[in-house]
Amino acid sequence: MPLQVFLNASLRRYVPGYDPYRGLTLEAPPGTAVSRLISQLGLPPEEVTLIMVNGIRRPPEYLLQGEERVGLFPPIGGG
Amino acid sequence: MNRILRLNMTTRTAAWEETPLTCRGLGGRALTSRLIREEVPPTCHPLGPANKLVLAPGLLTGAPAANTGRISVGGKSPLTGGIKESNSGGLVSIKLARLGIQAVVVEGHPQDDKFSLVRISQDGVEFLPADDLVGLGNYDTMARLWKRYGQGVGVMSIGQAGEKRLTGASIHFADPNGRPGRAAGRGGLGALMGAKKLKALVVDDKGAGGVSLADPEKFKEASRRWAKYLLDHPVSGQALPAYGTAVLINIVNEAGALPTKNFREGRFEFAEDISGERMAELIKARGGKTKEGCHPGCVIQCSQTYHDAEGKYLTSGFEYETIWALGANTLIRRLDDIAIIDRLCDDFGLDTIEMGCTLGVLMESGVIPWGDGPAAIDMVKKVATNDPWGLIIGNGSVFTGRALGVDRVPAVKSQGLPAYDPRAEKGMGLSYATSPMGGDHTSGYTVAINIVGCAGGGDPLKKQGNIERSRNLQIATAAIDSTGLCLFTAFAILDNPEALQCVVDMINARFGLDLGTEAVTALGEAVLRDERSFNRDAGFTRAQDRLPEFFKEKLKPHDVTWDFTDEEVDKVLEGF
Repeated sequence: MPLQVFLNASLRRYVPGYDPYRGLTLEAPPGTAVSRLISQLGLPPEEVTLIMVNGIRRPPEYLLQGEERVGLFPPIGGG
Repeated sequence: MNRILRLNMTTRTAAWEETPLTCRGLGGRALTSRLIREEVPPTCHPLGPANKLVLAPGLLTGAPAANTGRISVGGKSPLTGGIKESNSGGLVSIKLARLGIQAVVVEGHPQDDKFSLVRISQDGVEFLPADDLVGLGNYDTMARLWKRYGQGVGVMSIGQAGEKRLTGASIHFADPNGRPGRAAGRGGLGALMGAKKLKALVVDDKGAGGVSLADPEKFKEASRRWAKYLLDHPVSGQALPAYGTAVLINIVNEAGALPTKNFREGRFEFAEDISGERMAELIKARGGKTKEGCHPGCVIQCSQTYHDAEGKYLTSGFEYETIWALGANTLIRRLDDIAIIDRLCDDFGLDTIEMGCTLGVLMESGVIPWGDGPAAIDMVKKVATNDPWGLIIGNGSVFTGRALGVDRVPAVKSQGLPAYDPRAEKGMGLSYATSPMGGDHTSGYTVAINIVGCAGGGDPLKKQGNIERSRNLQIATAAIDSTGLCLFTAFAILDNPEALQCVVDMINARFGLDLGTEAVTALGEAVLRDERSFNRDAGFTRAQDRLPEFFKEKLKPHDVTWDFTDEEVDKVLEGF
């Protein structure tokens, strides 16, 4: 099973034609850092301030196995 | 500001008094809770003459600083039976402050069944008959009062739900556009205002001086820095203005903490349909506004105006909590249906979180189908009619659960739970369980740390660290709620130590004091002491600081349960 990547809020504009229901399906070899995924997607790293892998907040250095659900967010907040 | 205005609803007269010694130096929630603690018998009937409805601007309200115009509304809650502070935006707070009014205390009870309108201005206080407003929703009420008394006057009112003293009833405040999009939503304070037969309060500050500053130069300097801290923080400066609080739908869903189908799962299949992104898209396409402040001086501008498919105004102040409660919790996936219910709740004066939990209970018992937006709309409309269903659902989730024999009711101290599942956000679970306010999300908002990652972050899925987090945030929030500051300034305060010092600098410059940041902690602690003490005397014990037992079930996707022991939960507010 490949990686499933969901982009949120203003990050969506970096991938033209992005489908928010399906996200992106990507192959990534085990040991790929999230930061590498971010640059491969063409997202400015300083705009990706919140990363979740399988629903858990992780730092950009986190190494993926290649079959996770990844959520990427710009700065957000609320109530 | 050292005057308190008392409105005696038994005699329909007003009296001014100097602020009692025990209330000097207090504002906002600190003041409402102190007054309630001192003057309301904790075992009184909340709808009876001994309860009081107290309004108080904050310590910084009326001073020229960003985001200081919130109001605190307090009383013994008709919903929880404990003390309540409910916080709102709107115009009334700043106007009361500029008129030199530290608090308004609404007391007594008319002997007849006539509703009053009270108007406060530079010239004094008038009690007027409200016969022509009775039976109207908040939209019509505010439109008429702006027409009669001038565009831009402060208005606080109740709709049909408050008139009928339903415990799901809220109090609404006119926003800068004259609409009832702002609410002192939780805890049934609309029923308290209805029991006092006060239909609306109009506050006109025309001719009033500004609020006095002990050191205007120091204040100006601190205020300049303050605005910068707010605009520089990415949450208050970028995210909230762009997407509103609804931006949280996708993030909490991703984190697996979005309560779905009456708190059964942590992710909603159709979260995207009700997301902040979808809302912003629809607003832009239909000619609404994606950015709006709820009170003068707000630089965060997290609110919005949402239009329908024909491009006509439908609702405003369309918040994350509302969208979650009426959406993921009920499986309703059409944002337009949710917006219609938001509009109805603002008009009838109903707490949207409570209504969402109530609709979940209705669906649980099969009265209406899961995810059926039109059926939910029809039920909510009954609140403004004589249909007995309106009396049931207008009284909230616990009352409805009792009427229908439902055991799966998500509430603490009889107040419906908000938009974070306690199993997947354990800090919030502790805040829900222990806050004197009942099941409440603002009182100790650990989401900012555990999910958003402020102040170094924390783990929402494990117990570790969350007892301290909930405790410290409850203390800090009680203090912020006393200043008139919008709680969204907390993101800047959490991430920037200079921001908290700046708040203290502004308080010092306003009042000619020399406080340090420890004064903020002391203030918050004093508030919690007053509130817990009131609740104990009202009959609350540790048994009320518990979550419903069904939270011991596993929650997907993380397969987490509520696993704090009772002793651990009791540590959160130990000593208060």
